[in-house]
Amino acid sequence: MELNFKHNQAAHCENGVTTNLLHHAGIHQITEPLAFGIGAGIFYIHIPFMKINGGPAISFRTMPGRIFSRTCSALGVPVVRKKFSSKTDAQQYLDNCLNAGQPAGCQVGVYYLTYFPKEFRFHFNAHNLVVYGKEDNIYKVSDPVMETVTTISAPDLERVRFAQGALAPKGQIYYPKSAVNITDEQIRKAIVKGIKHASWFMTETPVPMLGVAGIRFTASRIKKWREEVGERKGGLFLAQLVRMQEEIGTGGGGFRFVYAAFLQQAYNFIPNEKLLDVSKQFTTIGDLWRTAAVQASGIYKGRLSSQQEFNVMSDMVMDIAAKEKDAFKSLYNIKWK
Amino acid sequence: MKKEEIPQDPSPLDKFTKEVCYAVDDNGKYQAGLSRGWQVKADALGITWQEAQARTADARQKVANGEASPILFFMELNLMDVAIVAAYTGFWQWTVKRHLKPAVFHTLAEKKLQKYADIFDVSINDLKTMNVDGVEF
Repeated sequence: MELNFKHNQAAHCENGVTTNLLHHAGIHQITEPLAFGIGAGIFYIHIPFMKINGGPAISFRTMPGRIFSRTCSALGVPVVRKKFSSKTDAQQYLDNCLNAGQPAGCQVGVYYLTYFPKEFRFHFNAHNLVVYGKEDNIYKVSDPVMETVTTISAPDLERVRFAQGALAPKGQIYYPKSAVNITDEQIRKAIVKGIKHASWFMTETPVPMLGVAGIRFTASRIKKWREEVGERKGGLFLAQLVRMQEEIGTGGGGFRFVYAAFLQQAYNFIPNEKLLDVSKQFTTIGDLWRTAAVQASGIYKGRLSSQQEFNVMSDMVMDIAAKEKDAFKSLYNIKWK
Repeated sequence: MKKEEIPQDPSPLDKFTKEVCYAVDDNGKYQAGLSRGWQVKADALGITWQEAQARTADARQKVANGEASPILFFMELNLMDVAIVAAYTGFWQWTVKRHLKPAVFHTLAEKKLQKYADIFDVSINDLKTMNVDGVEF
């Protein structure tokens, strides 16, 4: 059995799943950048005392599941979301969805994901895909980061749906409850909501590890890495930062380019010149993140090794923080009437 | 980033898919484009794997020296830590840590060994002998 589901490739998995599922529910105005912006996916956090794969815990995107939830709630689309403690129940529920003609979004872990090549398989549990069919115990899968659709066997799907560790998916499944009609006015409201949320979060949260302050925190840590953990490990930490920023699913420049694209598309709904100005600012910021990544690669490839080079890297990130603060402040201060 | 600047470097991504990037065209309008990969991040991935391999080789040496049980080797080989192994096997973390001792490991019942063998995708025999294909040292 195969449902009529249109697979569109996206930069980021959750944006893609959200967009594709909403299209399926008849909401065709939503594009990947719109889903990302309305869902306030842009983010920054650097959690001290916590390590991921032995390196710093940094994220450029919001918590898994939030983009879908926020986008749907801002648009007034009712959502079904379920977690399971029993593996059989989880599979049964998925099969029932498919039988009822409903493609389902699933949160999965990447490590045992069979169609990923080994190089990309880490213990990362916040990947998303859509299951849209089943034949002979093989599920048909639309993974938005891939160009085409793919398949996975039932036992393999069960394994990734019940991946363990940080952010364990617990068989989580989600989809829009029913098809709805969305007016442009609703999209306008949702865009405003998304921008308000993200700009508030990035500039106004009084916690030093979150938002723009978090970027400054990372910058100040980078300066100390060489002394604290040594040149090689410091390089590994920077490699981790670059991977979080650029690895599949970010659209490049730590999601900043997707956000710039969102602001451009938002302008089509809300013709406020400010949006285009800030979009340009984010293009510059994304480029700066990439320039910083080049500097970091010099360090982790061992070409650059002095403390001076770590300082340069730190200053670059500090400069980005200042520019992001400007950009998000401009968004935060927009008068929406 | 301009559309023509989207990097097209050979990378591990070639085995998988091209990825979507957002970039501006000549009129400053954002469009999605496809990238084959970027050397900078291919290097970041490469060095991460080198580190993982070094840790695995180190663990193998420790097992050979009688300082750790093969579970340490497979844990590193599978990029896991004690918390992840505990979550997959259902053992407590302190239990997993105990099983990392060779003396304790040798007394483990078949049933417990099977749990480890399952999450590491090997047979019990290979678990004990650290016999794995395709791993280079």
